[in-house]
Amino acid sequence: MTQTEVAEVMEPGGAQGVRRRDFIEVAAVSAAGVGALAVLVPLISQMAPSADVLAESSTEVDISAIAAGQAIKAVFRKQPVFVRHLTPVEISEADKVPLSELRDPQTLEERTKPGKKEWLITMGVCTHLGCVPLGTGQGEPKGEYGGYFCPCHGSQYDTAARIRKGPAPKNLVVPDYVFSSPTVVKIG
Amino acid sequence: MSFPWANEYKPKHPAMVWLDEKLPLPRFVYNAVGAGYPVPRNLNYMWNFGVLAGFCLVIQIVTGIVLAMHYAANTEVAFSSTEHIMRDVNWGWMLRYAHANGASAFFVVVYAHIFRGFYFGSYKAPREMIWLLGVVIFLLMMATAFMGYVLPWGQMSFWGAQVITGLFSAIPLVGDGLHQWLLGGFAPDNAALNRFFSLHFLLPFVILGVVILHIWALHIPGSSNPTGVEVKSESDTVPFHPYYTAKDGFGLAVFLFLYCAMLFFFPNALGHPDNYIPANPMQTPAHIVPEWYFWPFYAILRAFTADLTIPFTHIVLVPAKLLGVLAMFSAILVWFALPWLDTSPVRSGHYRPRFRKIYWALVIDVVVLGYCGGSPAEEPFVMISQIAAAYYFLHFFIILPLVSMTETPQPLPFSITESVLGKDEAATLAPAE
Repeated sequence: MTQTEVAEVMEPGGAQGVRRRDFIEVAAVSAAGVGALAVLVPLISQMAPSADVLAESSTEVDISAIAAGQAIKAVFRKQPVFVRHLTPVEISEADKVPLSELRDPQTLEERTKPGKKEWLITMGVCTHLGCVPLGTGQGEPKGEYGGYFCPCHGSQYDTAARIRKGPAPKNLVVPDYVFSSPTVVKIG
Repeated sequence: MSFPWANEYKPKHPAMVWLDEKLPLPRFVYNAVGAGYPVPRNLNYMWNFGVLAGFCLVIQIVTGIVLAMHYAANTEVAFSSTEHIMRDVNWGWMLRYAHANGASAFFVVVYAHIFRGFYFGSYKAPREMIWLLGVVIFLLMMATAFMGYVLPWGQMSFWGAQVITGLFSAIPLVGDGLHQWLLGGFAPDNAALNRFFSLHFLLPFVILGVVILHIWALHIPGSSNPTGVEVKSESDTVPFHPYYTAKDGFGLAVFLFLYCAMLFFFPNALGHPDNYIPANPMQTPAHIVPEWYFWPFYAILRAFTADLTIPFTHIVLVPAKLLGVLAMFSAILVWFALPWLDTSPVRSGHYRPRFRKIYWALVIDVVVLGYCGGSPAEEPFVMISQIAAAYYFLHFFIILPLVSMTETPQPLPFSITESVLGKDEAATLAPAE
């Protein structure tokens, strides 16, 4: 028998058309591939935040003792939150900055609650790489713009906690919060 | 592959003959690091660092496995279990100091190995694959070292984890999701600590695997040498054993002398006092720096303080944070392209006068970057690291290719033998190639 004759006997129809064997091969490899991909789903998603980490948490902060010009650090989701009582000077400083000068343009009004412009509440997490900026405690450096200064890579925030200088791309994040009473803030 | 004049493994004892037929493992070792591996006769002490790096990997794996028997990866107890190792476990202080200083020693040795490669053109054909695998090993080492540093859960551990995982949040669109996925939360916590421990245990064995590939790839063309001239005849080589086992043994003794001096007399010299304060997510240390071996890359990260914008507008093309992260990773990834950026046919810096100058300029540049990376993020260090970072990339992308194309190398010796003895009789008798 010549080689073509052998091929004819093994696979009727010869090289033309789709062989039964081709179909079986593609189907088997596809099934195995889909199976392997399906296994990746739990292997990858197990690393995402778990249910207890994601569980909605909230923190209540009593702000009655914070005098104008002072700030405190509260804790929300194991991360610091800055609650700052702005002085009228700090408010006017924040207001007179033209938006075109800002990297992440936002007014102080947009970053506070209506009628509560003196209460600046932001996450205390630098938007560069996540350090806690200085400027809440007594005597801590507040940076060139009188707000917060991140010691890790030198980002400077102004009195509305907006990024003004340094590598951070965004303003300090304003978390969800409500004034549950005039002196208590509920964060989260 | 080996040279045709390589000694052949000939087991004498009947048990060894029996083993050689069933599983030729002794033959494999004999051909890899024994008398069966012919090596250029002119290797200098810069060629010790490969063996030393392998030895460091063994130190790290052995001390690491025993430390893992006493350590607990849970944020509640990680710090105190580390102190438990230091105070209560028999010899625990020594094992932990050996591991911590072993990491530094490993990087010293590997940097020497890498800069040996830069100078002598070890990355050039036919040894590109050895070089590429080496860069992979270096990247794996960096990841392993970073995760190991997080485990004691001190202040520097925590904030190092926060900053380094924060790098991934710079990636557009998927950054924040990726960041949370890597940490298993919004900030470093138990989930992150646990997975870092798991990976810190795994990665050294991955490194070991790539090291085996690195040596396998090395044994195909054989070792390079200070002249960069390939082996031509038997008189150019000596067997690895006993010649280089002896030379490496001497180098190892010197290394161990220095390593033990660090370990027993200055165990905390390269550490940070802040890491003896338990992690506090509310308070960033005033001066946060990574371990010294990351400083040059850290300086490049911090050199980018302004966004890339369309000129005369405020439209941001690439934010500063992403620029810094991209530059830092590129600083290592550029090494992958090195075999193709340096097009000079001459390997060794010995015979390349201009290359030699830019090589030392690069060494100084990296030292300057390292110094800035370890300093606070303020002037003049920011400006100096900007200049040094610019020069770093200029070296690889512009200066090195230009020098390769334009310089006139000095004449090469005919052979390794000639460079050692001043003449090569076998070569003069042999017919011209």
